[in-house]
Amino acid sequence: MSLLQIDNLSVTFDGEDGPVHAVNDLSLAIDRGETLGIVGESGSGKSQTAFSIMGLLAPNGRTDGSVRFDGQELLGAKPKDLNKIRAKRIAMIFQDPMTSLNPYMRISNQMTEVLTLHQGLSKKEALAESVRMLDAVKIPAAKERVNLFPHEFSGGMRQRVMIAMSLLCQPDLLIADEPTTALDVTVQAQIMDLLGDLQRDFGMATILITHDLGVVAGFCERVLVMYGGRVMEEGPTEPLFAEPTHPYTRGLLAAVPRVDDVDAAMKAIPGNPPNMAAPPEGCPFRPRCGFAGEDCRVMPPLSPFAQGRARACHRPIAEVTA
Amino acid sequence: MLSYILKRLAIAIPTLLLLIIISFVLMHSAPGGPFTAERELPPQVLANLNEKYGLSDPLWMQVGNYVWGIVTAFDFGPSFVYKDRTVNEIIAQGFPITLTYGLLSFAIAVLVGVSLGVAAATRHNSPLDYAAVGVSIGAQVLPNFVMAPILVLIFTLWLRWLPGGGWQGPEYWIMPVIALSTSFMASIARITRSSMLEVLTSNHIRTARAKGLPERKVILRHALKPAMLPVISYLGPAFVAMITGSVVVDIYFSTGGIGKAFVDSALNRDYAVMMGVTILVGALTIFFNLVVDILYGWIDPKIRY
Amino acid sequence: MAMTSEQAVEATALAGKGRSPWADARRRFFRNKAAMVGLAILAFVALFAVFGDFLSQWSNEELDYNVMGQIAQEGGPSIENGHYFGTDDLGRDLFARTVQGTQISLAVGLVGALIACVVGTLYGAVAGYVGGRTDNIMMRIVDIFMAIPYMFVLILLLVMYGRSITILFAGVGLISWMEMARIVRGQTLTIKGREFVEAARATGVSAPVIILRHIVPNLLGVIAVYATLLVPLMILTESFISFLGLGVQEPLTSLGALISEGAGTIAYGTTWQLGFPLLFFCLTLFGLFFVGDGLRDALDPKDR
Repeated sequence: MSLLQIDNLSVTFDGEDGPVHAVNDLSLAIDRGETLGIVGESGSGKSQTAFSIMGLLAPNGRTDGSVRFDGQELLGAKPKDLNKIRAKRIAMIFQDPMTSLNPYMRISNQMTEVLTLHQGLSKKEALAESVRMLDAVKIPAAKERVNLFPHEFSGGMRQRVMIAMSLLCQPDLLIADEPTTALDVTVQAQIMDLLGDLQRDFGMATILITHDLGVVAGFCERVLVMYGGRVMEEGPTEPLFAEPTHPYTRGLLAAVPRVDDVDAAMKAIPGNPPNMAAPPEGCPFRPRCGFAGEDCRVMPPLSPFAQGRARACHRPIAEVTA
Repeated sequence: MLSYILKRLAIAIPTLLLLIIISFVLMHSAPGGPFTAERELPPQVLANLNEKYGLSDPLWMQVGNYVWGIVTAFDFGPSFVYKDRTVNEIIAQGFPITLTYGLLSFAIAVLVGVSLGVAAATRHNSPLDYAAVGVSIGAQVLPNFVMAPILVLIFTLWLRWLPGGGWQGPEYWIMPVIALSTSFMASIARITRSSMLEVLTSNHIRTARAKGLPERKVILRHALKPAMLPVISYLGPAFVAMITGSVVVDIYFSTGGIGKAFVDSALNRDYAVMMGVTILVGALTIFFNLVVDILYGWIDPKIRY
Repeated sequence: MAMTSEQAVEATALAGKGRSPWADARRRFFRNKAAMVGLAILAFVALFAVFGDFLSQWSNEELDYNVMGQIAQEGGPSIENGHYFGTDDLGRDLFARTVQGTQISLAVGLVGALIACVVGTLYGAVAGYVGGRTDNIMMRIVDIFMAIPYMFVLILLLVMYGRSITILFAGVGLISWMEMARIVRGQTLTIKGREFVEAARATGVSAPVIILRHIVPNLLGVIAVYATLLVPLMILTESFISFLGLGVQEPLTSLGALISEGAGTIAYGTTWQLGFPLLFFCLTLFGLFFVGDGLRDALDPKDR
């Protein structure tokens, strides 16, 4: 049994001008200790997928389908039951460490409350454990700095605090939602290295959500490419990056600037991401796709074609990769 | 934190001195005042004044005497009308009454207002939310001088439940407190609701929820403090407005607080008492603003240093 | 620079183009149901204040000797004797007096808000534009003024210098310019850095001209919002003073003074004397608050 099994997940928001379909018919599975990357542009539905796992959608969001964690259905679960899983078994790191930590509370209180709640530790034990965890994420002088407020830390340090906080209960699954987007490039690399080390040490399954293909390549065993709220292609990282079979994945990879080939022109994908309040009929990538035909007005199913790989496209692989 | 408080004090003290000096100069130059000799004063009052201020001394010395008296002995000088009463005696009579119903009203406005606002925000778009919004919009147009006669009409004249005025026991407190607190309660509820709604959408609340904290703890531990910041900034002006409103309460319910002393002295031109009340209220305001600033600094660590 | 940005904004607003921020705000405002209700209420109150005199059978000073002495029995609202709202305890027509009270209250509100706006805007714009130490001192002064219990000082002034309506108007206005000054200063600081101000400064336009021609027009949205919210506060202040019997003097009256009279006579069973002035007082405030809130939602730069 997979640790996390998502089947036919749909997320819809009731907007002022009608419903917005953020995620459509998404299925995925992740095993214990596995690392999965979810890649896509902003608005592709990747963050909303993460939020629906944790039950953190905005109040006007509705979900459909099934999210099972260790056999337990999470969609529509009671808040009381969800709270037993949050942070204890599934933890989350958010995009913006500047605002995701409570600016009005000392780091110590923000960390210890997790431990006193889930592990039943005393205040003192919880503080010692928090300091140990801050040491583990390589925050210097953790013992003194645990008593500071978030604004007294730099951006990178805040994200380290955030990571330490998420690992306090040694969760089975860590969801990192764009953990490095808000940080400087040099700090980004440090944080990703740290996450990689911690993942190896603690052995938790990890879902890394990002738009940065480089980050995925260095961190994840498996990748899911999302566009317009749907999965376009998925598979093990190496073969997927070596030979992408979906026009969107190909466009995405071609758009990455390469340091080793300065002369190669960076090829941006023409057009704009779809407006999710009025998505195109059929495949969401159709309006921007060079291979699109009339049959693309019907959404192709995500079909497996090789070991662990699947794609959602009507065009044969040979035609796309040619 | 200490330097922050000292900085606030450094503004508060000159403000108070300035208020006293401006008041005295105003009083001194007022037409028909005791210092202009346009009005015949009882000889005893004049003698009191002369002894206190030295009427033949230059103005700055008189100001100095007045300020010195207030600062060192909290002495506001003799009355301009009553030959055997000082301003202190007149104020001291009403001050405990004002303090009693004032503090009660303030506490009720804050407690009920904040609870109502939090309840409405956490049940956004529920019947309770709509009711709270409706009540607070309605109460906005019910200032103390509108509430007072309406309350008397209903509870004294129609239902005959409560005494229409006086100050003899707790049942005499009820209508003054309701009249004084209603519109502030409504404003506080409105401010709390909208600021709580805003805070609840912020990222650190999502983090708190992701920690598995029960909703009650998310609200009380993580959302309440930041949501209180706009409420606390409103408390300063609200406090001033409430003291001001106590004048209406004193007049309409004959409660006999300092508002009564103020209006009485306004009607018989006892400037010394008016001045005394004004300065007392100013001092309270300045003190209260100091408390508000300190509270603000206590909640928001970013402005503490 | 051929056209300053505010002229451009005005031009598009006049041309009715859907894209200008003003047109956007107008659309948002007219979509707001509460604001529309408020506007309708205000229109009704304004019509009542302006044309009420033509409907009235009595003047506001005549005493009706037919009802005098038995107001509680005979002085109630009646179509027959022309006292639509009844009479007051002296036998004066309450309809005519309510019309006049509404006129005075609206006038105090508008004039007070106008004074507060002009003083606050200029003060705040100068402080924000000049900046540096001047700004620091000017805002410190505002801090100090805000700690003064103004209602008491105003009553003090009214008592010392006589209860003239001029002092009332000016005093009520001068109570509230500080908040306006703070808001305007904040906005000025942001506008100051914009290109068109720097361009004007680079071409040697003098500071007063820049403040009046370039900065103030760009603040109009903010000013409009706070001015609308100031009017009801001014009316509240005036009514408060009049309720204490320290405001406008007979034969003039205001809604506050009428409420005060009504409140003083409810024990005699003449509830209409409280009811009608109270109704118009509440309607006016309701209308103004709704319209003010609507304007703020439509224009507030925070939401843009």
